Amino acid sequence: MTTVENKTGHFGQYGGRFVPEALIGALEELDAARIAAQTDPLFIAELAELHRTYTGRPSIITEAKRFAEHAGGARIILKREDLNHTGSHKINNVLGQALLTKRMGKKRIIAETGAGQHGVASATAAALMGLDCVVYMGEEDTRRQSLNVARMKLLGAEVVPVTSGSRTLKDAINEAMRDWVTNVETTHYLLGTVAGPHPFPSMVRDFHKIIGEESRDQVLALTGRLPDAVLACVGGGSNAIGIFHRFISDTSVRLIGLEAAGDGVETGRHAASISGGSAGVLHGNRTYVLQDENGQTIESHSISAGLDYPGVGPEHAYLHDIGRAEYRPITDAQAMEAFALLSQTEGIIPAIETAHALAGAMQVGKELGPDAIILINLSGRGDKDVQTAAQYFGIPL
Amino acid sequence: MSTPLDDLFVKVRAENRAALIAYIPAGFPTNDGCKKVIQAFVDGGVDAIEIGFPYSDPVMDGPTIQAAADQALSQGTGAKEVFEALKCATDLGVPAVVMTYWNPIEKYGVEKFAQAITDNGGSGVITPDLTIEESDSWKSAVEKSAINPIYVVAPSTADARLGDVTARCGGFVYAASLMGVTGTRTSVSSGASDLVSRIRKTTQTPVAVGLGVSTRDQAKGVAGYADGVIVGSAFINLLLEATDEEAGLSSVRALAKELAMGVREGR
Repeated sequence: MTTVENKTGHFGQYGGRFVPEALIGALEELDAARIAAQTDPLFIAELAELHRTYTGRPSIITEAKRFAEHAGGARIILKREDLNHTGSHKINNVLGQALLTKRMGKKRIIAETGAGQHGVASATAAALMGLDCVVYMGEEDTRRQSLNVARMKLLGAEVVPVTSGSRTLKDAINEAMRDWVTNVETTHYLLGTVAGPHPFPSMVRDFHKIIGEESRDQVLALTGRLPDAVLACVGGGSNAIGIFHRFISDTSVRLIGLEAAGDGVETGRHAASISGGSAGVLHGNRTYVLQDENGQTIESHSISAGLDYPGVGPEHAYLHDIGRAEYRPITDAQAMEAFALLSQTEGIIPAIETAHALAGAMQVGKELGPDAIILINLSGRGDKDVQTAAQYFGIPL
Repeated sequence: MSTPLDDLFVKVRAENRAALIAYIPAGFPTNDGCKKVIQAFVDGGVDAIEIGFPYSDPVMDGPTIQAAADQALSQGTGAKEVFEALKCATDLGVPAVVMTYWNPIEKYGVEKFAQAITDNGGSGVITPDLTIEESDSWKSAVEKSAINPIYVVAPSTADARLGDVTARCGGFVYAASLMGVTGTRTSVSSGASDLVSRIRKTTQTPVAVGLGVSTRDQAKGVAGYADGVIVGSAFINLLLEATDEEAGLSSVRALAKELAMGVREGR
């Protein structure tokens, strides 16, 4: 039960490939390259060395004892992906795909970004490996996240503001796909989450599954047993699948994904694709999608730009349907409460995305009680969110 | 059983020319305006019409068709308006198909969508993001409703795969002339004729070329080797740029007449 997709990239009825025929060749090439790399000792060693000397892996775990008092007294263990270079888990996937880009003989990468974390990570990897980098970012997001735009430019990337559609992450993905259709011979599309057409959901998961592999050993060493629950926030779902994957076969461990409920799922202003969406096709795969009666994508809403996406990775859709993972909605207000709480009880300012997982832990800890062990993927740090949080809490800047 | 589109290609082959196929999204410039554009197409000598189903995330479309789709969507265009436009075209006696991304079909219901095409006199559906690997439910639906499934192939489609795709096509094979999105180009890619000859080695089904055709000369050039010439963005540009509706419609009629001459001059 560790690998659930078949050769065509289907997780049950989800996943697959819904793309223009022009991209099939590139997707086949990418699939062959990543399968070959998985068993190539040179590739494995090169990536491991980069993680050791550049990313800062293995990332540590931190027990959050003061925060735990607000989570029913359960033992709360944080997997510190926020301490990675560039400040989030995103670097795991980016370094892997950038190495693959070089193996495929391509010199240019393109990427989409919402909050800017994946864009910054991509620009970083491009600088490190001497690749040209173009990042597509919704015009709306370039305004909300101007600091990250500047970071990408400082790293030598070109940032293209996307003015089509809703001018947010989903439109940035559309624009990146259009670039890729046009420049596919020279360009790799470095997709930042476990969505998109096969092989992206499987490949991106494989680059992130190190999170679960490390933390499973670390929790065993610290506590002598497996955790009762593993929690992570879910937008596209890359950090969640990264920490879940190694635990899928540990059937005693509950896997809980926390979706962004914005103002509340019942208000229609949210980004909770599993809790509040339905099965459909978006960005090249079948999954849960926020859509209207004509199959048009509905705009998502969340205080967290990184979770503000109207779809979710197909493996999550599948894990939900078979009951192996559960997905709960967390509102903006609940997430911001947890954001402040972790900052003030542990001295760790989390990304607002990650705060959704922390809010989930406050619920789950109370349900499971003080004997429980809860592992949380602390997927990113909150430096980028200082402005948003200050505004939210009324702190003058 | 043949569709009106199948019959059209028999006819144009007999006349030793290519067919002119024109594209307009439903609901553009307005729901009524779309029907007037369809009339202008017919008056100008268009042989077949593609009705676009405007979609929120059109990854195969360039800025022109995106702008048209956005305008149509903001006016609430959905499946009902798409089938209305389709019926408008077929009532005028012109073979017509719908071009749509896959999700609106799945949301409407796969079999129900195919049947609605037939019920409104349509000949088939062009599905630019439906890969053959994902097309089993669609295959049985189109067979049941006796309509043409039209897939798009690209210059990058490998020979080993090309036959598998064209074997699933009915009506015509949609050959994308270049690697890229829809939109007008100053010249039609030379890759188009190579692709058409590669397609012909795999199938007897007619081949129509789209992406980048906007002038009589380009239409003439493509008609030299293809059975159909598809024009979309050039018409939409005229409508987007027109000072008023009547001016837009008369430019559409004029361009259609030019292109209709082009498709007769290629051989």
